[in-house]
Amino acid sequence: MLGLGVDRLQADINRLLASLFHQGVLDEQFLQLQQLQDETSPNFVYDVINIYFDESEKLLRNLRLLLMDREFSDYKKIGLHLNQLVGSSSSIGARRVRNVCVAFRSASELSNRPGCLRGLEVVEHEYHYLKNMMHELFQLEQQRILAAGVRYPM
Amino acid sequence: MVCEMETDQIEEMDVEVLSSMWPEDVGTEADKQFNVEKPAGDLDTLKEVTIETRTIADMTRLPNLLNSTHQGSSQLTNLVKQWEYMQDNAVRLLKEELKNLDRQREEAEAKELKIIEEYKFESNEPENVPVLDETSDLFRRFRQKKRDALVDSKKIEIYEEFDTVAYWKQKALSLEKMLEASTERERRLMEKLSESLKTMESQSAPVQELTQNLKRAEGFLHFILQNAPIVMGHQDKDLRYLFIYNKYPSLREQDILGKTDVEIFHGGGVKESEDFKREVLEKGKASKREITFTTDLFGSKTFLIYVEPVYNKAGEKIGINYMGMEVTDQVVKREKMAKLREDNAVRKAMESELNKTIHITEETMRAKQMLATMSHEIRSPLSGVVGMAEILSTTKLDKEQRQLLNVMISSGDLVLQLINDILDLSKVESGVMRLEATKFRPREVVKHVLQTAAASLKKSLTLEGNIADDVPIEVVGDVLRIRQILTNLISNAIKFTHEGNVGIKLQVISEPSFVRDNALNADTEEHEQNENALPCLFKKYMQASADHARKYGGTGLGLAICKQLVELMGGQLTVTSRVSEGSTFTFILPYKVGRSDDYSDDQDEFSDMADQQSEPDDTAEGYFQFKPLLGSIYSNGGPGISNDFLPHKVMLTSPIKLINGFVADPSNNTGQSEMLQLENGGYMDESKLETSSGHCPESAHQYENGNGRCFSKESESCSSSQASSEGGTLEMESELTVSSHREEEKAETEVKETSKPKILLVEDNKINIMVAKSMMKQLGHTMDIANNGVEAITAINSSSYDLVLMDVCMPVLDGLKATRLIRSYEETGNWNAAIEAGVDISTSENEQVCMRPTNRLPIIAMTANTLAESSEECYANGMDSFISKPVTLQKLRECLQQYLH
Repeated sequence: MLGLGVDRLQADINRLLASLFHQGVLDEQFLQLQQLQDETSPNFVYDVINIYFDESEKLLRNLRLLLMDREFSDYKKIGLHLNQLVGSSSSIGARRVRNVCVAFRSASELSNRPGCLRGLEVVEHEYHYLKNMMHELFQLEQQRILAAGVRYPM
Repeated sequence: MVCEMETDQIEEMDVEVLSSMWPEDVGTEADKQFNVEKPAGDLDTLKEVTIETRTIADMTRLPNLLNSTHQGSSQLTNLVKQWEYMQDNAVRLLKEELKNLDRQREEAEAKELKIIEEYKFESNEPENVPVLDETSDLFRRFRQKKRDALVDSKKIEIYEEFDTVAYWKQKALSLEKMLEASTERERRLMEKLSESLKTMESQSAPVQELTQNLKRAEGFLHFILQNAPIVMGHQDKDLRYLFIYNKYPSLREQDILGKTDVEIFHGGGVKESEDFKREVLEKGKASKREITFTTDLFGSKTFLIYVEPVYNKAGEKIGINYMGMEVTDQVVKREKMAKLREDNAVRKAMESELNKTIHITEETMRAKQMLATMSHEIRSPLSGVVGMAEILSTTKLDKEQRQLLNVMISSGDLVLQLINDILDLSKVESGVMRLEATKFRPREVVKHVLQTAAASLKKSLTLEGNIADDVPIEVVGDVLRIRQILTNLISNAIKFTHEGNVGIKLQVISEPSFVRDNALNADTEEHEQNENALPCLFKKYMQASADHARKYGGTGLGLAICKQLVELMGGQLTVTSRVSEGSTFTFILPYKVGRSDDYSDDQDEFSDMADQQSEPDDTAEGYFQFKPLLGSIYSNGGPGISNDFLPHKVMLTSPIKLINGFVADPSNNTGQSEMLQLENGGYMDESKLETSSGHCPESAHQYENGNGRCFSKESESCSSSQASSEGGTLEMESELTVSSHREEEKAETEVKETSKPKILLVEDNKINIMVAKSMMKQLGHTMDIANNGVEAITAINSSSYDLVLMDVCMPVLDGLKATRLIRSYEETGNWNAAIEAGVDISTSENEQVCMRPTNRLPIIAMTANTLAESSEECYANGMDSFISKPVTLQKLRECLQQYLH
């Protein structure tokens, strides 16, 4: 809170990002997002990611409902949902979510129910991991901004 | 005198029991039998003390000496005087006694006289005339009786009648008795007198008395001196001993008397003492000196020697008196003390020196801290300035402004780089820098570093990564720092290498002398480092020469930081270099192998998924090679640095990914190879370029003979020069090309300005819409949004667009169908097909649209890169091009450039 931790926070952020990149959780598309953030939209990344989470949450809920239905046969709908998820995930650079979604989608295209169920679980797992990481990242970012905002009269 | 000299030391010394100067067990039995216990110190006991004979004296000459010298005679006189005084005292006492006795006798005589006078008549009487034996007898008895009576009581009782014969007889008898008693007393007094006279006579021998006194004095002296560590002696003019007291026990009389020191002792110090004595004798002045003797006889002992010259009564020197006191212990102690003091002084000096150093270090640390803080303080606003300048560069500017802005940005970046370097360095130096221990894959790090370097490569160099098979897939370390080091070394290598190749070799070496089990050894080879400036390479702010600085730019901190970082990680960085052959920077780092199962667990989860299948093979890949991909640029993440583009290329998919390479994920590679097969002719241009450049750097000769030149020409025509702001170089050449480049761009934007292009985005995904919109904003465009194909057709119908970005997969009406409908409208001029398909379009607008020239509306597909959305399908449905999702600024910009004229 004294404005002394900016460096450390920035380093933490970088480290977190690096590890996320390293694990393949994120890809360069996320950097694109960061580039898009400027004065006119200072919270762009945060906003986009938040919307992404909202949307994805809905999609995942729908997917789960669809798959839980015993009489289930509408693989096309699942495919559409997944297309959405794949599209938005790749847009924000959530690489791993996207990859597991693609796998899920191919299972749905083959009408492979067990594959779909498994795919859904994996997607959910990846999704939650991403969400946690993003949450951490934004918290750090917020702290950094607070710290960077501190100015001392010279 | 000795005491005076030694007081200061004695004060500091503990009183301790002194061992005898000479060892106890040396000497003859004869000497020993006189040894006595040290007496309790009462003078009265002196008489009982047997004095050890420690003296050896030349008896014939010593009296002479005593008589002939002042000291000797004065001592004798003293003794005589003392004796005379005692004698006088005795005489006085005797005289008094005599006087007493005289007085008593006088008194007695006076009494007798009185008695006689009193009884005068009696004396006339013939005393001794016996008349009758009987009578005389009787008379005698009477007189006796009378005298008895007189003695018994003063008054003589005469019982006889006065003046009778009996009376007179009686009286005579008592008187006679008194007389007898008186004579008796007189006789006794006389006896007493003669007796006292006799005793007086017996005491009156002066020599005897003197000798006795002398003996006492000597005894006293012996008593004091017998255990003192003192040697006393007298030597004559030739320094021959005449007298010595307390000599070394084993020396006999004949060994000492008449001999000099040199003749008696052998060893160190003897000569010195001899010389000293001689000196005193010559100078005639008493003095003292400390001499250490090391003789066979008593080992090493230090004596304080006092020597005084002796004069005879005529004032001539006849020898010396000398006194030696053993001070070995004191000397040892003194030396110890001196040494201690010296040590103390040295320690104090060191301490103050240390304090000074600590002070200086503290100052330095503070200065460094200050520097770090300052740098940080400078960095924050500066990054603001640079960031703003970069944003400014994306706005409309004229040629001059842009040029100025470019200089501003690159200078700002240079300063930022410098400050970052300083910060890093001061962090390392002040020990603030913390190292992380995270698991990472060295192969990927190397690959990534090379990818990054290759992306910004402006020369025709080959970058090679060579990783030995035995390097573990995962190791634990600070990946960021290792990457920093590698990047730094590689960028240096690229900077200073003009032809040939730059490479990283990674191998495991086992070096027992080094920290832990194994060590990573990374080589970066660079060629043509043609300066003999190796020693100062690692110094801060040092560059090979001033020429270098001008030619290559840079801060000169890079290698210093690398070195510091490597050392911080417990490794070492070395360099070997040969002019015009190349340099090898080697750093060795200790590493730990992470638990390998962690990551593989992760993989197992997805192992059944198609995308991940090729990954395991890739992790062990040990060789990478990167050729310069001229014309394609790694965008380095800073906002607004987007001046790099690939003209005449629309189909940009994975190759960019490879070059961008921010994520060193192995699946990148597989993705690329797949895509290469999918590419159409539009991409072939690029791959040709790639192969030709692949051949070039293999040998310098080949590069020389024209191939390279034409190649570089080609690259120029591709306008690949890039405004690389991260390199921090300010070379004029690149600056020029950049500015000309900017000019073009500006012209384009001007054209755009005049006819304000209208763009329609057809996309159902909210996120994608947001991202694309934001990107468009940055590129200076606005666009309309349609959420599906039907909305798109409606929008196109209602107003004219210059460009449509069409998502392929959409609900209601997908992109392909929508495109088909739009194309059919363009051909037929009516929306019949659309209406047939169920899209509701008002006819009034329809007529309006009919008036428009039926220009082909560029429609660009946005595909999610799946088989269902293949490029062929896109083209077959009448799309002009496609952008693979996710959309990036770069792709978008290139697309706009191609289709918005």
